[in-house]
Amino acid sequence: MTAVGVEAVGIGKRFGAFAALSGIDMRVRPGTVHGLLGENGAGKSTLVKCLMGYYRADEGSFLVDGREAAISRPADADALGLGMVYQHFTLVPSMTVAENLVIARGQVPAVINWARERAALDEFMGRMPFPVPLDATVGTLSAGERQKTEILKQLYLQRRLLVLDEPTSVLTPQEAEEMLAVMQGLAHGGTATVVIITHKLPDVMRFTDEVTVLRRGRLAGRGATAGLSRSDLTSMMIGEPHAPARPERRGGAEAAIRLAVRRLRTTGGVGQHGLDIASLDVRAHEIVGVAGVSGNGQKELLEVLGGQRPFEGAVTVGGIPYAATRRQSQALHVRVIPEEPLRNGCVPGMSVVDNLNLRLFDQNDGGGSRRWLDAGGMRRRAARMIAGYGIRAASIDAPISVLSGGNVQRCVLARELDGDVALLIVANPCFGLDVKAVAEVRARLMAARNAGCAILLISEDLDEILELADRVVVMRSGRIVHETPAAGADPHAIGAHMLDAHAATPAPALA
Amino acid sequence: MPLLAILAATAVFCAFLLALGRSPASFFQLVWTGAFGSWFSWRNTLSRAAPLLLTALCVAVPAQLGLVVIGGEGALVLGGLSATWAGLQMGGAPGPVIQLAMAAAGAAAGAVWLGIVGVLRARRGINETVTSLVMAYIAIALFNQLVEGPLRDPASLNKPSTYAIPKAAVLPTLPGLDVHPGILIGGVACVLCWLLIARTTTGFAARMTGGNVRAAQLQGLPVAWLMVGACALGGALAGLAGMIEVAAVHGRANASLVAGYGYSGILIAFLARQNALAIMPMAVLLGGIGAAGGLLQRRMGLPDAAVLVLQGMIFVAILASETLYGRIRWFQPRATA
Ligand SMILES: Nc1ncnc2c1ncn2[C@@H]1O[C@H](COP(=O)(O)OP(=O)(O)OP(=O)(O)O)[C@@H](O)[C@H]1O
Ligand SMILES: [Mg+2]
Repeated sequence: MTAVGVEAVGIGKRFGAFAALSGIDMRVRPGTVHGLLGENGAGKSTLVKCLMGYYRADEGSFLVDGREAAISRPADADALGLGMVYQHFTLVPSMTVAENLVIARGQVPAVINWARERAALDEFMGRMPFPVPLDATVGTLSAGERQKTEILKQLYLQRRLLVLDEPTSVLTPQEAEEMLAVMQGLAHGGTATVVIITHKLPDVMRFTDEVTVLRRGRLAGRGATAGLSRSDLTSMMIGEPHAPARPERRGGAEAAIRLAVRRLRTTGGVGQHGLDIASLDVRAHEIVGVAGVSGNGQKELLEVLGGQRPFEGAVTVGGIPYAATRRQSQALHVRVIPEEPLRNGCVPGMSVVDNLNLRLFDQNDGGGSRRWLDAGGMRRRAARMIAGYGIRAASIDAPISVLSGGNVQRCVLARELDGDVALLIVANPCFGLDVKAVAEVRARLMAARNAGCAILLISEDLDEILELADRVVVMRSGRIVHETPAAGADPHAIGAHMLDAHAATPAPALA
Repeated sequence: MPLLAILAATAVFCAFLLALGRSPASFFQLVWTGAFGSWFSWRNTLSRAAPLLLTALCVAVPAQLGLVVIGGEGALVLGGLSATWAGLQMGGAPGPVIQLAMAAAGAAAGAVWLGIVGVLRARRGINETVTSLVMAYIAIALFNQLVEGPLRDPASLNKPSTYAIPKAAVLPTLPGLDVHPGILIGGVACVLCWLLIARTTTGFAARMTGGNVRAAQLQGLPVAWLMVGACALGGALAGLAGMIEVAAVHGRANASLVAGYGYSGILIAFLARQNALAIMPMAVLLGGIGAAGGLLQRRMGLPDAAVLVLQGMIFVAILASETLYGRIRWFQPRATA
């Protein structure tokens, strides 16, 4: 058995005056799947980054296989066979999947025998539960595919302990299940111990053997999963046994079309044939959910609507041709919330205050534009958003990149949902949020809809779409292949359209 | 950080001096005397620092958008040449009028020259570092061509030059200081650029674009215009440096204008970490090292290039420290809280 056990004893970590972790004990037995849980900003990522030598713990120590391990740099963790899939991506975007895998090995020969490597990689890929095209350039992969590649990379490096920081957020439910089952197989077979950080309780209940729960930097509970119920876990995490109830849907779609997309085509993207959307409408007072397996054109659609990708065809908002300029999006109250907010919607090197002001930095609160920055006004606005969205930050002047993943997401939501919103285009809004925050965000989206906002919700989480949407469209290979009202929709039928299981019966033509 | 890098470079440079059989102690002693030892050396230092302030801004302004523009030398020489040309056209006008026209012509030439670099980058995605460097070579060739050809004063025999600008157009020295006003103009430019970058909404938009262009696009910012504008502004400042060199120092355009100020500006901008205010002390420091060159040559028999070697080493050390930052133990990012 190669899987190792790891123990954290009294780990403490401060960032300046802010105690991110204090006195954390965690015991991960060899050959088990261990769940590390806690609300956003609880310190989960910080704890595993200490274990990986990315941060140095201020107090306490780690034991690997019962022996004290001095882990002070990433190379030490590497030598001990500890590997991690980070919340953000670490692949080289300009290289292919195969190249990324090979260079990830510590000792790469000066001259790489590609024929042999290739054969080995093909064989390796064959054993994996989810294939990723070896020749694809990483930069062109969708978030889901990149996440898979990150996981494959660690498996390829034959780790003895594998930490996955929110690994399933961007996978389809089937893929996530398969992936977790593979992890469980690895652990129970004694190949590698697995630590999983996740906010998804069903996954925790089904795939973990033991859990450790953190809350605001302290140990909030731990034990064997079998002996704990979902409400036990929820109350350990957020101090209440249940997440807030589902938001209520009020009123139905109005006749007026807010967003109209006609004969939209792009060159490039979605495996080069680009987008090809005949027609897509979103009405006021309506949420349209775009379901689909990641990599089927959702990213490109968002880029078109966000002004980041040239296109042919017509996009109109309230009947006016829409080109996503700053003036237009402000006049028409259009907001876009991209996936991977740190990469697409924030400036990582700028402070939390600045990032909360990316949209309104040149506006006064009462309207009217400015030439000089209003430092005081920006701070006040940021403080209001931080309070309103419960953003937890050690300091509002720290760069936003040090916030926990969930708090970055909240910042983007706070910024883009602020004020009047007529049309909201949002992708995977709950990526990385804890149970309570997920409920909060969904309630906010529903409230915006109930107030008359038109929402295009692009999500890889079918449950989310079925909960929020009034109408569901399915996207595959850059096209819309299916459309159905959400009420009473059959998830299996939608899933089948997502996966092209209906190839025999041609997709109904949409007007 | 830059301090450590300078120390490391200095240490290597000492080894270099020892290898040449020269004493590092007397070298630095001489640099000190030559740069800051007397009012005479201060004057020399400050007049060298003047164009450096502007050429460093030519790097630091586009750097806010993440652009690495290293072609300030080209904008400087073309700025100097057009300023001379403008001065020659305005023969009989009063001094200040000629000076303003010269400044406008110099800045405009620099702005157009580097503006082209910005347009190529924004519209075609062509790497601005490469184009700006190539454009600098083209500018220098063009400059030589014009100075030795159509614009040449036939009386300038062994050093081809243009005609001298009118006497009235020569910039007077600062009252009581006997230093030309370039240092003042450069200092004001640094403060104005700092205000623009740190305090205006345009500067914020530029920093946002430099930090993450995708986020800037998502907010609908005019990314292409910002890029062109920043390059053109940088070019205008370098062109102004050329005008000052002509109007305050040389009195005409000739090969003395191609003195490498554009390239030293790159070093200063990096030393200052692209901060417009930090450029001021760095430019004085580098100006001083340059000013000491003559003294070193006379007293130690070192070639003029010795100070260039020192500058080069500092530059390499700075660049290396930027990449090492975050990898070496003690440099590891400390949390800001
Ligand atoms: N480098 C840093 N500097 C300052 N504060 C930091 C740094 N890294 C993390 N923090 C703070 O420590 C706290 C814990 O962050 P961490 O990323 O560990 O949370 P998390 O449990 O992983 O949350 P999430 O579920 O949102 O990913 C947060 O409040 C965060 O702002
Ligand atoms: Mg985290």
